[in-house]
Amino acid sequence: MIISEQWLRTWVNPVLATDALAHQLTMAGLEVDGVTPAAGEFSGVIVAEIVKAEQHPDADKLRICEVATGSDTVQIVCGAPNARVGLKAPLAQIGAVLPGDFKIKKAKLRGVESQGMLCAQAELGISDENAGLMELPSDAPVGSDLRDYLSLNDALIEIGLTPNRADCLSIHGIARDVAALNELEICAPIMEPVAATIDAVFPIAIEAPEKCPRYVGRVLDGVDLSKTTPLYIVERLRRAGVRSIDPVVDVTNYVMLELGQPLHAFDLDTLSGGVVVRNATSGEKMVLLDGSEITLSSESLVIADHKRSLALAGIMGGENSGVSDSTSRVFLESAYFAPLPMAGQARRYGLHTDASHRYERGVDPQLQRQAIERATQLLLDIVGGQAGPISEVSDDAYLPQRQMITLRASRIARVLGFQMDSAQIEKILTGLGFDVAANGADEWLCTAPSWRFDMEQEVDLIEELARVYGYNNLPVSRIKGDVTLTQQSEAERPLQSVRRQLVGRGFQEAITYSFVAPALQQRFDPEIQPVALRNPISADLSVMRTSLMSGLVAAAAHNAKRQISRIRLFETGLCFLPGDQLEQRSKLGLIMMGSRAKESWADSDDKVDFFDIKGEVEQLLTASSERLAFRPAKRAGLHDGQTAEVLVGDRVVGVVGAIHPVTAEALDLPGATMIAELSLDVVLASQLPAYRDISRYPETRRDIAIVLNEGIAADAVLAIIREAAGSCLEDLKVFDVYAGKGIDPGQKSLALGLTFRDQSRTLDDSEVSSAMAQVIDSLKEKLGAQLRS
Amino acid sequence: MQSLDELRDEAIQHINEAIEGQTLEQLRVDYLGKKGKLTGLLKGLGQLSAEERPKAGALINEVKQQLQELINERKYGLENAALAARLSAEKVDVTLPGRGAELGGLHPITRTIERIEAFFRGAGFSVMEGPEIEDDYHNFEALNIPAHHPARAMHDTFYIDETHVLRTHTSGVQVRTMETQEPPLRIICPGRVYRCDSDLTHSPMFHQVEGLLIDETSSFGDLKGLLEEFLHAFFERDDLEVRFRPSYFPFTEPSAEVDIQCVKCSGEGCRICSNTGWLEILGSGMVNPKVFEMSGIDPERYTGFAFGLGVERLAMLRYGIGDLRLNFENDLRFLRQFI
Repeated sequence: MIISEQWLRTWVNPVLATDALAHQLTMAGLEVDGVTPAAGEFSGVIVAEIVKAEQHPDADKLRICEVATGSDTVQIVCGAPNARVGLKAPLAQIGAVLPGDFKIKKAKLRGVESQGMLCAQAELGISDENAGLMELPSDAPVGSDLRDYLSLNDALIEIGLTPNRADCLSIHGIARDVAALNELEICAPIMEPVAATIDAVFPIAIEAPEKCPRYVGRVLDGVDLSKTTPLYIVERLRRAGVRSIDPVVDVTNYVMLELGQPLHAFDLDTLSGGVVVRNATSGEKMVLLDGSEITLSSESLVIADHKRSLALAGIMGGENSGVSDSTSRVFLESAYFAPLPMAGQARRYGLHTDASHRYERGVDPQLQRQAIERATQLLLDIVGGQAGPISEVSDDAYLPQRQMITLRASRIARVLGFQMDSAQIEKILTGLGFDVAANGADEWLCTAPSWRFDMEQEVDLIEELARVYGYNNLPVSRIKGDVTLTQQSEAERPLQSVRRQLVGRGFQEAITYSFVAPALQQRFDPEIQPVALRNPISADLSVMRTSLMSGLVAAAAHNAKRQISRIRLFETGLCFLPGDQLEQRSKLGLIMMGSRAKESWADSDDKVDFFDIKGEVEQLLTASSERLAFRPAKRAGLHDGQTAEVLVGDRVVGVVGAIHPVTAEALDLPGATMIAELSLDVVLASQLPAYRDISRYPETRRDIAIVLNEGIAADAVLAIIREAAGSCLEDLKVFDVYAGKGIDPGQKSLALGLTFRDQSRTLDDSEVSSAMAQVIDSLKEKLGAQLRS
Repeated sequence: MQSLDELRDEAIQHINEAIEGQTLEQLRVDYLGKKGKLTGLLKGLGQLSAEERPKAGALINEVKQQLQELINERKYGLENAALAARLSAEKVDVTLPGRGAELGGLHPITRTIERIEAFFRGAGFSVMEGPEIEDDYHNFEALNIPAHHPARAMHDTFYIDETHVLRTHTSGVQVRTMETQEPPLRIICPGRVYRCDSDLTHSPMFHQVEGLLIDETSSFGDLKGLLEEFLHAFFERDDLEVRFRPSYFPFTEPSAEVDIQCVKCSGEGCRICSNTGWLEILGSGMVNPKVFEMSGIDPERYTGFAFGLGVERLAMLRYGIGDLRLNFENDLRFLRQFI
């Protein structure tokens, strides 16, 4: 909300400079988002009147005006389309300085002398309006200084109100807080009730009192809408960002800004029978003031007459019942609509108005009569006419009741950490409009004023005390309490250490969005229907990832596009797997692309392959307690011949493989790209180390090379060797794999290193030889493998 | 037969001419060995008189010893020269870059979360995590944000269905903890959160660390003390000004917004702080008794406070990152700056 400092100071005028006032508001919870001057910095600008306007002989768009300055008449060449005889407009005289330190000098425009400049609002920094000259009221005193005339030495204070402080959505509301903070009295303008001078009334019926507990109306007869709104109202509206329309609408807006009560004015001659506040009929149509047609929901409240709906209650009036130039009889509405039923109603129709904003957050339920009196008073002064008596329908059962809240000194001390002085407690609360009655020595019974409907419980009052006392003045203390050591299972690695391990391996951590494009998601998990957002920010971010692969390939592609060819990224985070029960599983993903080693004089530029990423996976799972295995697998988006499921024990815990060449091309991945994904719980699971004796006896190593069918998997060979070699086999390595010259087509050669050792003695040669013989026999028998000659 | 002097001179010349260890060994055998020339002279001593014999023997032995020393010296010299030649041949350009290993790095967000966790772990807080697709109850209702509450409009929620949302804060984890654990409690809840908003200063996904402390003595003063200390520690500046001002969160009462003096301009006013000299850094407050009641905690016996830190904001201020979007582009030229 933007308020004019000047206007505020007519209500309460603390001895504080603008900055100090803004600071005070901020520190009291009414956060000032900005303070801007009501107009740019300028001088030498006066109210002037165009007395003659002629076409410039050499320029179609320019006019030569004679302008009265009060003391003189000067010639001004002006390009504004609205430069016409009789118009009063700001004149920057020679010597004037406009915003931006723009000095006005005598000038010639297309050969004709101009002794100054007539100004648009934008040129004076008053608004962005730049289409024509600023039009001043016809009674504006020619020759007077514009700054004085418009009282432009004012600041606009923009306050970002929290939703609980709807009571501050008015000058009066802000003034109440400023008065309390500075221990001042409010000096409100005189608002006398206006006695009825005619009997005219218009009937009111409320069919939905739970939504509209109070409706106050009044008839004004004989108004003259050809009158103009007084300058001070137009200016105050402008400074609050409200455009002047006509005197009636201006006054309703003015009272809303002044007191916080939204008002609406109907042209009484367009209404039939009486006002009915009722729920809309489903499907009913209504054309609003802004010209849009809406189809009403039965949950919406409307103001209707006996024939049709007139207005969307508390949100916006209708097109055919508002006041116009020809209106002579006005029906004023000042209603209290309950906040909860109002919530979301405007948004349902894509609307957000000053009225709906206030009603949704709450309007003072006791304000309606005062507001209608105030509007009547102003209107009669401006547009004349006579007022009928006020009609009111209200239902106390649905009107908010002021609650009595008990406030304990002990609780204040507990929550704020210090004992506040009793007199101060009473002073602060009374200053804020509370009724405060001592109940014994250490307790008070407090009743909040009607506008503080946010006060429900004791802590609400304590917050008010803290707020006015000043949060920064409250004591600072240290947390106290017993220190307990938390147990941390050693069999679970902290995620931090896993991250550090990957960082040590040259991986950079990525954080990608949890929502991805459906098409990308589809590439890696086509059989899963992912969890979709109802209101995604864009189609590209509309489904929840089921795997980390989608984000990682996108990140790799992003870098590849920027000439970064060697990529190693990892990410940890939740993936969302739909099913009977949605599963949110933590995963770890890795991606590798480009050279195995960073480019260097010392290393080859060999590209990463399957075994690079498999090695990373093996390393991540080294600490795992169960046996790790890899099984050939087919996965969408991955290479059919270079993909494996990762098994820990019998459980499939992840996948590792190369991106399918077709997928890689589609995703703009320039080179072979390796990817892996693991359940994070398995990576974090480890074993408590358990010591085993170290053998004091020497090892014996035997190497063999065997030739076998190339389709036989290495782990089958290793399993057979382990079984056949006996218990003294300590280590087993594949140290070479070869196919090609010297080996028959369809065959391959594996070179294997076997290390034997016993815990309790030195193995003799014959024992090892006999174990090797068993190994060789077994390989021959089970796999048809031959020793390579 | 050669004289001793001749033999000596000849041997010395040979020794000095030798360029291999093997040649020296052969010279040793030839002169000093059992059948060597000097040994032969010694054997000829028998022909001398008993008076001359010791004197001549001593002379021969002297020469023998001299030659042995010369051989050793020469041998040592040759070995040293060979080693020096080898070392010289093996010389490398030590200014060439090293081989292989390249260090990766943590994302600045993770790095920041880990620092925050470390501070609070030190103050006895434990780290809790929870689901990111959260039910309406834990994200809103249990935090005193019923349906249609105006505060919901502040949240720009992503909806999954009628009753599930992408969590808009990590407060749901706090609720779950309050439901299952007895106070006293000290927890922090880091993680991803989501708001349906995307522009220069808003990301639809970002990170929070929320904290909760509940016990029988905590007060607003404790809240101020802890957060002030944290901010000083985080920015490593004990003179960093911190201010608390009233705000509104449905789950806390009193609620406070916490500002720090702009770390860029030290309060002078700059673009980062919109010329206010202050940066809004976190939200906090005393837990609303209604929230306690909903989670089955006695609001008379216990008080507590909660706070929420925006990790991106802290990280960006700390490292001088100017554009929020950089955090999620995963550009390696960005990420590699955080090693």
